[in-house]
Amino acid sequence: MSEHIVIVGAGHAGGTLAVQLARAKDRFRITLIGEEAWPPYERPPLSKQFLMGDVPLEKTFLRPETFYADKGIDLRLGTQVTAIDRTARSLTLSGGETLSYDKLALCTGTRVREIPVVGRDLPGVHYIRTIDDTQAIRTVAREGAKVVIAGGGYIGLEAAAALRKMGCEVTVIEMMDRVMARAVAEPVSRFYEAAHRAEGVNLLLETGVAEIGGTDRATHVVDSHGHLHPADLVLVGIGVVPVVELAEAAGLATDDGIIVDSRARTSDPDIFAAGDCTRHPNRILGRDVRLESVQNAVDQARCIANELSDKGADYAEVPWFWSDQFDLKMQMAGLPAPDDQVVVRGEPSTRSFSVFYLRDGRVTGVNAINVGSDYVRGRKWIGEGRDVDSVRLANTEIPIKEV
Amino acid sequence: MPVIHITNRAGTETTLEAESGISVMENLRDNDYEVDAICGGSCACATCHVYIDAAWQSKLAPPEPDEQGLVEDEPTFKPTSRLSCQIEMTDALDGLKLTIAPEA
Ligand SMILES: Cc1cc2nc3c(=O)[nH]c(=O)nc-3n(C[C@H](O)[C@H](O)[C@H](O)COP(=O)(O)OP(=O)(O)OC[C@H]3O[C@@H](n4cnc5c(N)ncnc54)[C@H](O)[C@@H]3O)c2cc1C
Ligand code: FES
Repeated sequence: MSEHIVIVGAGHAGGTLAVQLARAKDRFRITLIGEEAWPPYERPPLSKQFLMGDVPLEKTFLRPETFYADKGIDLRLGTQVTAIDRTARSLTLSGGETLSYDKLALCTGTRVREIPVVGRDLPGVHYIRTIDDTQAIRTVAREGAKVVIAGGGYIGLEAAAALRKMGCEVTVIEMMDRVMARAVAEPVSRFYEAAHRAEGVNLLLETGVAEIGGTDRATHVVDSHGHLHPADLVLVGIGVVPVVELAEAAGLATDDGIIVDSRARTSDPDIFAAGDCTRHPNRILGRDVRLESVQNAVDQARCIANELSDKGADYAEVPWFWSDQFDLKMQMAGLPAPDDQVVVRGEPSTRSFSVFYLRDGRVTGVNAINVGSDYVRGRKWIGEGRDVDSVRLANTEIPIKEV
Repeated sequence: MPVIHITNRAGTETTLEAESGISVMENLRDNDYEVDAICGGSCACATCHVYIDAAWQSKLAPPEPDEQGLVEDEPTFKPTSRLSCQIEMTDALDGLKLTIAPEA
């Protein structure tokens, strides 16, 4: 008898898990349940190529739509799981139907953090999390359209870059004194601020959104200094929160994320969790983290697939991430602390340089802008916990391999 | 339809009827050749790493610097290494022969 694995959330983690498990055909019966209308897809293009219209919708799909049926995966879209009965090992679905499982995987991801200001519910205020969001944005984002973006994190900045390329007039409003402050060190922030301004983005730092104005739809944003910015479109990118309600209601342990162990197991031995929704230990980092990245979604999904296939191994991956803005391709690895030593390698004005983070001489992070080899090396060093000499590292005459 | 001759990680050779106009990576991924292609073809992850048969090397456009930088630092790098997301499948590549690189 094959084991029935039910996956809740047909996103990047859920989709990857289904694909991985389907390789052991006879062993598992797989049901993948997603509340969105689309088969599992990649979200990164939503603020990049797909927003610009450079790639068609199907290009964002993790696998072609027909793949799931071909592999015997029961993909149920437009369906929400509303409750878990752990004793009966069954789920309640939005249509009222119940479904039993042998093993359950929660891959519920995150939802956007809503902006707590007057006018937030007006038509014309958008977030970027789903295909539907980006499609809605694309209908308004014509050449010359005025766009105000709340949040200078990487999603807000990617959208700013894409919309500038599409000929929109873009204003970015960021509360902190620099962009992407949570993710990168100051030299990287300053470089990106200059790059956006050079491309004509009106970037306001240390500024909040006080109010979104308009009667039938959003027409302007008032910032915290009282300035008014006309807007055909307001985009909000101020972070996300993990979707844990289903897990919480079922009595699973949560703490800003569903708590899992190094094998992606929750506090119930029959229930696993992967992706943006989990708080998990990472041996390389030496602490518990909740990550929002494709890397983590994929690697944790794999961790579950291995565990279910009796090939289990502890999760220990170097976190990595990327961001595309204009012609700038940034690749990042590690999870440096805010007070780690920062070493700049190369000259930012050449638009190709990297920033390394060190703690007591050990490499903890790298941000490589248009320089793939520094990224690859840095990621490797982080995994090895390697010590490097900061003076040699800063010297570009020494090839990265010989540092 | 052009074909690609693929040696998978287990060492088995099969022939895939490929689709032109999309990348070699998409052809491999969509037909479940265990190519993860985590970054979706953004040239950011190197999980679409393949070895191109020597006879086909010269028929491909050479790698851009970002592809080269990423792939040459893979522990499984060989002179025939390419990132398959950076190669567009075309009818001219009918018969392309490649091997999927081991997981790094
Ligand atoms: C615009 C944008 C750009 C990004 N760019 C990058 C990037 O460049 N690089 C990178 O590494 N990462 C990027 N990310 C982050 C990355 O997309 C996420 O980390 C990844 O999608 C996480 O996968 P997941 O499966 O955990 O969650 P998700 O992909 O969010 O999937 C969760 C799914 O579960 C569904 N769901 C939730 N609850 C239920 C329920 N009760 N019943 C049924 N279905 C449910 C949700 O509707 C959703 O479809 C980006 C994200 C966004 C939004
Ligand atoms: S798919 Fe990531 S580099 Fe090719």
